[in-house]
Amino acid sequence: MQQIPEIFPLILFYGWSGMLIAAAVGVITARNPVHSVLLLVLCFVISAAIWLLLRAEFLAVALVLVYVGAVMVLLLFVVMMLDINVERMREGLTRYAPLGVLVGLLLAAQLSSVWWLRRSGLEVAAPADSLAFEEGNTQALGTLLYTEHLYAFEIAGYILLLAIIGAITLTLRRRKGLRVQQVSEQVAVRPESRVRLVRMPAEKDQ
Amino acid sequence: MIGLAHLLTLSTILFAIAVCGIFINRRSVILLLMCVELLLLAVNFNFIAFAYYLGDLAGQVFVFFILTVAAAEAAIGLAILVVLFRNRLSVNVEEFSLLKG
Repeated sequence: MQQIPEIFPLILFYGWSGMLIAAAVGVITARNPVHSVLLLVLCFVISAAIWLLLRAEFLAVALVLVYVGAVMVLLLFVVMMLDINVERMREGLTRYAPLGVLVGLLLAAQLSSVWWLRRSGLEVAAPADSLAFEEGNTQALGTLLYTEHLYAFEIAGYILLLAIIGAITLTLRRRKGLRVQQVSEQVAVRPESRVRLVRMPAEKDQ
Repeated sequence: MIGLAHLLTLSTILFAIAVCGIFINRRSVILLLMCVELLLLAVNFNFIAFAYYLGDLAGQVFVFFILTVAAAEAAIGLAILVVLFRNRLSVNVEEFSLLKG
């Protein structure tokens, strides 16, 4: 097996990081909401790639399949379905932009300073391949999910069920004048109410 | 070897950009929802980075649950958005002041 140079993952990481930040900036500054959603999809795909570098293979695949494949497509559907006045939406941009940039820079500076200055107390020795299990990431994660975190897993299932029911209940609307089938009435029908036998005098011969 | 601080800084920058986006796009609910997705992604980065550096899969389990809750949140949020748009024909946050009393 050919040895991969040590520098290779670093180049990939910094390249993808730059693309990720550029795409994230694009998400919040794009004029058209559809472009924003597409750039957000790019963000998620690049993140999945970086997660692969960090040995989170299952989550990377799940992010692309579930998140990009379902949630982002749902978002795209909604954005395209709603008729949004783009120009009116951008009116407030210049008014709030300085405040937003200021808050963002402050937040980034504070959090980064915490990472860079206070990391001495944390025992992180960068283990080379500590997550490289024999059975693979998916199986290890599945074992952990179905044993130790089983209750949390079931609650997550209930949350998804709740989301399904909630979304359907919210968007369901009953239209007036719509002809729908009423099964109970159909089942309860009696022959007498449908067919009426009338006795008529037979027609005479000519 | 990717340094832990580099990863955390990346997630911090992503988080800050998303917070920035919430301030900048104070009008469109859709963009606010997208910014929340970006925030959750930045948090997930932290969990994955620590899972890698501490050699503990619990971080990845947490990311799994965060993804679940984020998907549920996106579905409910979009449903509310659709209902709001149906009633008011707009996605402007400033017009949604029904509960102001």
